[in-house]
Amino acid sequence: MPELQHYSFQHSTPLNPGRKAILVGASSGIGAALACHLADQGYSLALLARRTELLSTLCEQINLKAGVTLARAYPHDVKDYDSVPALLQSILADLGGVDLFIYNTGISLPVGLKKFNFEKDRQTIEVNFLGALAWLNPVAAMFQSLNSGQIVGISSVAGERGRVGNPSYNASKAALTSYLEALRNRLTRHGVHVLTAKPGFVDTGMLAGAKGMFWVISAEQAARDIYKAIRDRKQDIYTPARWRWVMLLIRNIPSVIFRKMVF
Amino acid sequence: MSKISFEDLRLLENFGHSLRLPSYFYKLGGLDEIKPLFKLAHDEGLTINLRGAGRSYNDAALNAGGILLDLQAINHILEWHPATGLIRCEPGVTLKQLWQHVLPDGWWPPVVSGTMTTTIGGCLGMNIHGKNNYRAGTIGDHVIEFTALLPTGAEIVCSPKKNEDLFRAMIGGLGMLGVFTSITMQMKRTVSGLLEVQAWNVPDIKVHLENIDARKEEADYIVGWMDCTARGRALGRGQLHQANYLHDGEDPDPFRTLQVDYQTLPSKFFGLVPKSILHYFMAPIMNNPGTRLVNTAKFMVGRTKTYRQSHASFHFLLDYIPDWERSYGRQGLIQHQSFLPRDTALQTWTNMLNISHKRGLPAYLGVTKRHRPDSFLLSHAVDGFSLAMDFKVTTGNRIQLASMLQEFDELILQAGGRFYFAKNSETRPETALAFLGEETITKFRALKKRCDPENLLASDLYRRVFECA
Repeated sequence: MPELQHYSFQHSTPLNPGRKAILVGASSGIGAALACHLADQGYSLALLARRTELLSTLCEQINLKAGVTLARAYPHDVKDYDSVPALLQSILADLGGVDLFIYNTGISLPVGLKKFNFEKDRQTIEVNFLGALAWLNPVAAMFQSLNSGQIVGISSVAGERGRVGNPSYNASKAALTSYLEALRNRLTRHGVHVLTAKPGFVDTGMLAGAKGMFWVISAEQAARDIYKAIRDRKQDIYTPARWRWVMLLIRNIPSVIFRKMVF
Repeated sequence: MSKISFEDLRLLENFGHSLRLPSYFYKLGGLDEIKPLFKLAHDEGLTINLRGAGRSYNDAALNAGGILLDLQAINHILEWHPATGLIRCEPGVTLKQLWQHVLPDGWWPPVVSGTMTTTIGGCLGMNIHGKNNYRAGTIGDHVIEFTALLPTGAEIVCSPKKNEDLFRAMIGGLGMLGVFTSITMQMKRTVSGLLEVQAWNVPDIKVHLENIDARKEEADYIVGWMDCTARGRALGRGQLHQANYLHDGEDPDPFRTLQVDYQTLPSKFFGLVPKSILHYFMAPIMNNPGTRLVNTAKFMVGRTKTYRQSHASFHFLLDYIPDWERSYGRQGLIQHQSFLPRDTALQTWTNMLNISHKRGLPAYLGVTKRHRPDSFLLSHAVDGFSLAMDFKVTTGNRIQLASMLQEFDELILQAGGRFYFAKNSETRPETALAFLGEETITKFRALKKRCDPENLLASDLYRRVFECA
């Protein structure tokens, strides 16, 4: 395992207050693209993921490009729920504040159409949903006390219907979407903004080898769209945008028809 | 606070409302709570910063991501000896409490800041100066003794004779070596609650500085207002105020003028407008043309005059308009204060004022004072002058302003100048190293290691200036 380089973040001053973000699930895909995009916008970043090597390389890339320390790596497994509060506490001290929290970690472990696999389902729920809860609880408490902050959850269009191909993935994203909505309803009154991002098919490791994809966008495109929604304080974002209308349609397909579709 | 909770997080601001950072905020109820808090910080891997009234313009009373201890409730006056003028008090006692306690007995704090809301602990941590710095030195020069609790758990007594190194380092030590637990100070005798004040205009910066220098032998206090929006031949024009104590027999009714009620600042402007709402009316003129107009008007109506004024009215100009700093808008203000030797001040400030005009970033308020060197470790004082400039911060001017202040700092260093840690928010570690000198910083670090080996005490100011140096 490579040695982690730990440099201090830049100090906030009145003339250079800086913006600060925590990104969970930053090592690849949308997370890595978002990290690069946020760094381009001047954010200082605490980047978290399991894969230390990928994370370190990403941080080096970002810092080299910026010429200052914008990103620091924090190796973390989202299933290690109990470690979250202490980790958040120490990141808060390192960063000197947090303006934006993004939970991006997600896995998809499809099972065959006629197969059932509790082990895979449990993993999916643990990583996609329970891991999110472990972070969102202390982060929500933090932002609520500060009366400011932005929370972003990377959910999916997959959370809008239960489909034959990947029930637990659908369920995990549906749960995340619903939880984020509840957080939004709780926290807006405290000045906290909550964004639910729902990408469609994004060209990342998750889709490797998958068939029947369409409208596939790059992770960079998804990151750009999500950043715009963060900047404009939108409450949800579909990327690409046309999924909003497609999902409106799909959400309204009567079950009698939907259950006959292999989709 | 027995454990760290995200629910205790608060966004705390500097006095200029230009920086907001989150800390676990805790109002200290008693001095006995400090030791357990040091232990908690140690166990949690967090730092602690001490906050008094939070009147620093920069990041001195902030501690992003760490614990911020509010000491304002530790505010008891422990002993007062009207016969000798010796007072012993807790660190959260404000200058307001202090002068109101001692004045009726014919005493006045020997050194006060421009606002009376500051706490003694904060004043000592920053080693404040007043309008009489050239004559009376800093507040530290009037401290007879203090007791302090160090992060190591040691309780120490410091005076110019006992633990002298710590005495000279903790006063002006930015609260980074320990917590003052009690402070004994010598007050100054005054026979009247009034001061004899003279005011006159000065047409340019040369006369401005010459006049301050010329009056320093005869004046007990002297302070200048500089119109930093004036250009060309009027560059650095302003108004000087000199004040002198009255002598025995000059005040017909000293008993009355020494009373607190007599001193109190009026709460209404022209007897009509409540002062608490004035800052709302100031906000629309807080821009380049607006302040230029107001400053010009202020200069034009300025006349040479002599009058008597109460101590409180003369000293606490910043308290005249409550929340005046709010008029600078959402992004707040910053202050840049530079201290320059007598010989280089004129040229350097002339350059700086010209640069500020060229960049379209004039200071909206400028204040000049006369100083003398002192013997404290992290001293800001020189045998010369200081100029404090207030700048409005906007989303659009941050980068320009930062680059201008960087240019200022280089000019000031070249001219042998110094900076004040309670004010400047953009001082870089290399600048601090340059004006304090390596020996001083090494000494301070050695004391820090001795008093606080685990670096439990830290502020954003400390991290910015000392941790990366």
